[in-house]
Amino acid sequence: MTGLLYWQALHRALDLEMDSDDSVLVLGEDVGLFGGTYRVTEGLMAKYGEWRVRDTPISENSFTGLGVGAAMLGLRPVVEIMTVNFALLALDALINMAAKIPFMSGGQFPMALTVRMPGGVARQLGAQHSQRLEHTLMNVPGLRMVVPSTPQDAFWQLRQAIRSDDPLIVLEHELLYFRKGPVDETLPPPPLHQAKTVREGQTLTCIAYSRMVEVALEAAGILAGMGIGMEVIDLRSLSPVDWETCQGSVQKTHRCLVVEEDCVFAGAGAELAATLQERCFYFLDAPVRRVGGINLPTPFSPDLEAASIPRPDTVVQAARNLVSGSGNLR
Amino acid sequence: MDRTGLLWMLRQMLLARTFEEAAAREYATGSISGFLHLYPGEEAVAVGVLHAAEPGDHVVSTYREHVHALVRGLPAREIMAELMGKKAGVSAGMGGSMHLFSREHRFLGGVAIVGETFPLAIGAAYAVAYRRLPEAVICFFGDGAVNQGTFHESLNMAALWKLPVLFVCENNRYQIGTEIHRHSAVVEVYRRACAYGIPAVRENGMDVLAVHGAARRALERVRAGDGPQLLELETYRYRGHSMADSGAYRPAGEVEAYRARDPIQFLESGLSGSLEGHWQAACPGPDCIASFGEYCRTQGHLEGDCFTRLEQETVQEVQEALEFARQAPAPDLQDAWAAFRCNRRGERFFGREPT
Repeated sequence: MTGLLYWQALHRALDLEMDSDDSVLVLGEDVGLFGGTYRVTEGLMAKYGEWRVRDTPISENSFTGLGVGAAMLGLRPVVEIMTVNFALLALDALINMAAKIPFMSGGQFPMALTVRMPGGVARQLGAQHSQRLEHTLMNVPGLRMVVPSTPQDAFWQLRQAIRSDDPLIVLEHELLYFRKGPVDETLPPPPLHQAKTVREGQTLTCIAYSRMVEVALEAAGILAGMGIGMEVIDLRSLSPVDWETCQGSVQKTHRCLVVEEDCVFAGAGAELAATLQERCFYFLDAPVRRVGGINLPTPFSPDLEAASIPRPDTVVQAARNLVSGSGNLR
Repeated sequence: MDRTGLLWMLRQMLLARTFEEAAAREYATGSISGFLHLYPGEEAVAVGVLHAAEPGDHVVSTYREHVHALVRGLPAREIMAELMGKKAGVSAGMGGSMHLFSREHRFLGGVAIVGETFPLAIGAAYAVAYRRLPEAVICFFGDGAVNQGTFHESLNMAALWKLPVLFVCENNRYQIGTEIHRHSAVVEVYRRACAYGIPAVRENGMDVLAVHGAARRALERVRAGDGPQLLELETYRYRGHSMADSGAYRPAGEVEAYRARDPIQFLESGLSGSLEGHWQAACPGPDCIASFGEYCRTQGHLEGDCFTRLEQETVQEVQEALEFARQAPAPDLQDAWAAFRCNRRGERFFGREPT
């Protein structure tokens, strides 16, 4: 087992898959000579050549669509979209093509397309570079989406995504690329969409994904000092969702808090809360609650930016209110 | 071209028109519904281009694609069944009129967002080049598609990496109801290709021999590794954009001018008196089938009642397709889930569910 940064784990996954299967190729802006804006594709062009690691023009919709066409002919393209903000330009390729063609053709075409993109609030990138897109992509039948929060999951889930014949979005987070963690290449990976209980607790269940898992774990540490045991589930996948793992925990703790970085209104957490309420209603001691980003374009000014998304202290406060049954949750 | 090739093309054009007119009748009776975009008038384009294609080539088309599929060899009965939403349809009833697909025939759709054909086609061409295969990709699009960003993005990438793709513009001069002079600053589509250094020619899309010759030469260059080529084929659709469109925005007499067997005589008859503007009667007919039939006759290939027999054969084929499609069963939800999960290969998402 070695310690790797998140980007190094993704790089290692790409390298191994490209080495073992010549139908795997990488394309995107600055993935070749430059090595990727977050270094994920560093050195791959020198190793595999220009046809397998292709620098593209700034044409998100068409190079993502190129990936769709190549996948129809049996290749396994890994498209890197520099950030989810630019993926807004590629939604036609993702939603109208990748998600639809296998189905619309009556099941005739493979679509082993992987699309990697980082999203989320980083540090003062402004409202156009701090967005989340999971709400939109979750609502599209035919797209699957995973949200690795650790280097180990980044390594496993990217490899599994590349090997899947379905279109898969690997939603990364800009602030996670330089997180370090153990990566064991010999362990068999868990199923791609299985959620993971990352901290046990008896008082309430906290469901989080991507960078919010770190925030939830930090909050759980603070809450433990107050005698509140918060169980933390790293969802790992937003489509499909591992409802059974979530449900099992909520039925044990009888309280559920969903933490997301995305705006609360009509976000991913709304789906999680609604479905868990339906599934667990008779086990719940309180309504399922959400903590998430405020409904505002991300402000540039640093204190405002930090206040626009969940922090450990806001999660702690929400958990305490949920347990005591009092207080304003937002 | 030899007699066999000529008569094959004539038969395909007749089959195409008969098929589409039958689909229009079925739409009127309610056995086909949804959007239905028909091809009459443009037959010389699909037949001329696809007669120049090899079986190993790949075809990407738009929502007006029934005839491209037919000429490519997808069975008429399975196309008609798809139009009626039946399980025996080419896309198992999951696609419909605008989404015909056949992996066997290398027919990659049937994509119905204007401008989507470009990225799909360069992706297929990228895969062909990646594997160094001697295949080409043929990408159909209309004049309305050239103002989408994907046209420019994809032509740029195709030229940059010398991808083996032939872009074929079916210029019927209307994006639904907006005439080309009202939607494009430069109305000669082929001229746009020069921005990307792509060789392009404009040809009369009502003349199947001219179309075939141009497509054959362009595909030769594609196969020789010269990179992408573009063909602009000037054509005309007799019907409205779809069955919901009467085409009333077109000047009186314009459709008749194109449909006429002898357009010059038609113009002289004064019927075109209401045409306004210099372009509107610039390229009228003759009808591609009428003129090509005439050509075959003068070459001595349509002796006796040969033309009538060809017509009867295609009517018979379409009749059989209709009967097959009407009697075919509809798909059920299990079929839909099977199509949806076609690429799952027993993959287990959570490790608990049955495979």
